[in-house]
Amino acid sequence: MKILVCISKAPDTTSKIAFTDGGSKFDENGVQFIVNPYDEWYALVRALELKETIGGTVTILSVGGTDYEPIIRKALAIGADEAVRIDAAESDSLYVAKQIAAYANGKGFDIIFCGKETINFNGSIVPGMVAELLDLPFVSLANKLNVNGNTATIEREVAGGEEVIEVNTPFVVSAAKGMAEQRIPNMRGIMAARTKPLEVVPAAAAEAATSVKSYSLPPAKSGCKYIDAENAGSLIQLLHEEAKAI
Amino acid sequence: MSVLIYAENQNGKFPKSALEAVSYGAEVAAMMGTDAIAITCGSINGDGGLGNAGASNVWVANAPTSDSQLMGKLIVAAAAKANANVIIFSHDVAGKMVAPRVAARLDAGLVPGATALPGADFVVRKNVFSGKAIADVAIHTTNKVITVLPNSLGVKNTGATAAVEAFAFDAGASRITVKEVKSENKDGEIPLPEAELVVSAGRGMKGPEHWGPIEELAKILGATTACSRPVSDIGWRPHHEHVGQTGVTIRPNLYIAVGISGAIQHLAGVNGSKIIVVINKDPEAPFFKAADYGIVGDAFEVLPKIIEAAKAFKAAH
Repeated sequence: MKILVCISKAPDTTSKIAFTDGGSKFDENGVQFIVNPYDEWYALVRALELKETIGGTVTILSVGGTDYEPIIRKALAIGADEAVRIDAAESDSLYVAKQIAAYANGKGFDIIFCGKETINFNGSIVPGMVAELLDLPFVSLANKLNVNGNTATIEREVAGGEEVIEVNTPFVVSAAKGMAEQRIPNMRGIMAARTKPLEVVPAAAAEAATSVKSYSLPPAKSGCKYIDAENAGSLIQLLHEEAKAI
Repeated sequence: MSVLIYAENQNGKFPKSALEAVSYGAEVAAMMGTDAIAITCGSINGDGGLGNAGASNVWVANAPTSDSQLMGKLIVAAAAKANANVIIFSHDVAGKMVAPRVAARLDAGLVPGATALPGADFVVRKNVFSGKAIADVAIHTTNKVITVLPNSLGVKNTGATAAVEAFAFDAGASRITVKEVKSENKDGEIPLPEAELVVSAGRGMKGPEHWGPIEELAKILGATTACSRPVSDIGWRPHHEHVGQTGVTIRPNLYIAVGISGAIQHLAGVNGSKIIVVINKDPEAPFFKAADYGIVGDAFEVLPKIIEAAKAFKAAH
């Protein structure tokens, strides 16, 4: 089985979010970057589990500059076989999807894995766009995936519940919680990752369809009003009369 | 020219998120001086209330809603017939599934999870960094797709009724086979992403056998239950209840958090809540900094008092 896993770079979940240049740029000062958790914990780990049980290769694909290489090496340390970096700024979802589709087209990947969304843009749209550009089925928000021959059985989130579907390879899937458990790379993996192939390919011609004009921070809360624990029942009255929440 | 909105039909009913998307589309159409046309699948009763949410026309099609590719084709065909270059979805399961396909097919810029109407030059506001920041995103393409974040903008009722007609569409064969549908929500319980009232609890509850008061309070208030990540990870509560950065993001009117310390990853999933109540025995719990109301105390002593007051309140209202 030939598997492609698309990974994105994201600020660590504990990062302080701030902006520079008049709110036009994310302040990377002191920020630790990680593999986007959905891409790593669920998409990549499930891809590796499939490879371990049925054989095949796992290729990592990222769209980004040289600053992406540490997180690509991390993905290789966890167990991917090889990596490709498309040398382009990840400016817009459609632009990124076009880069991924241009690379993957004709390469015979059986499954293209993505995380369900990035924790910095929260779009959840690149995988569906890749599927459309490659004329492939797309299974969104999947939390279980098993493969038998060329048929995959997938459990995914639907409105108010879950749905079990079957789809034949090739297809695109976005992975959500439940798909796999996080893996910590061991020393052998980290050493091996240094010599695994990382190919850099030039960007395909495409235009960004959207751009961020400015960033801002949400308004701060005005402060917490404390209620004495002995008098906890008065909360209900406050929620009704003051907060108008019930 | 018109604005096309996909309204998700759930067994003959339109959830609030679908009405919000229609209402958003109607306001965009009004800004552009054109009509809002809603498209849906399955059978509906009258106009399903979509006229009241602002649609002038409702097109009803027959297509397999589990297949994003065929649904994408349907929306692209409807957009062509409506001569629509702005297409609106809810940022719900269906929107995340179909909107990106439509955007890729029409070479359209897509803003996912809009929290405000487009401004001048089609700059659309959305949450980023899991709710820790806000971005204003410009769409540069002629065709534009927007998904609307549920519980963000509400529904403007017009009192009008929409003209309903069938939309002829031959979906063709699906490459996805649905084997089983499992419903997670108990009867009458509102799914978390749509819930206006949420009662949530964390490790401070000390064990899954102590969830009784949480469920009781939720039931009295008509709220949906949720939990923190550690609680779902150790299996005290189901995964679909996990709210936070890597779980469900919610924006209820009221979020009551019991025994949750308020790690930054948890806050990211709930900081869109309008009113936050924190109950924790540790006065230093970081969650108090994000709270509107706080009670420092033992959950097992505090909750019975709140439950009693909630019962009295419900009896009187």
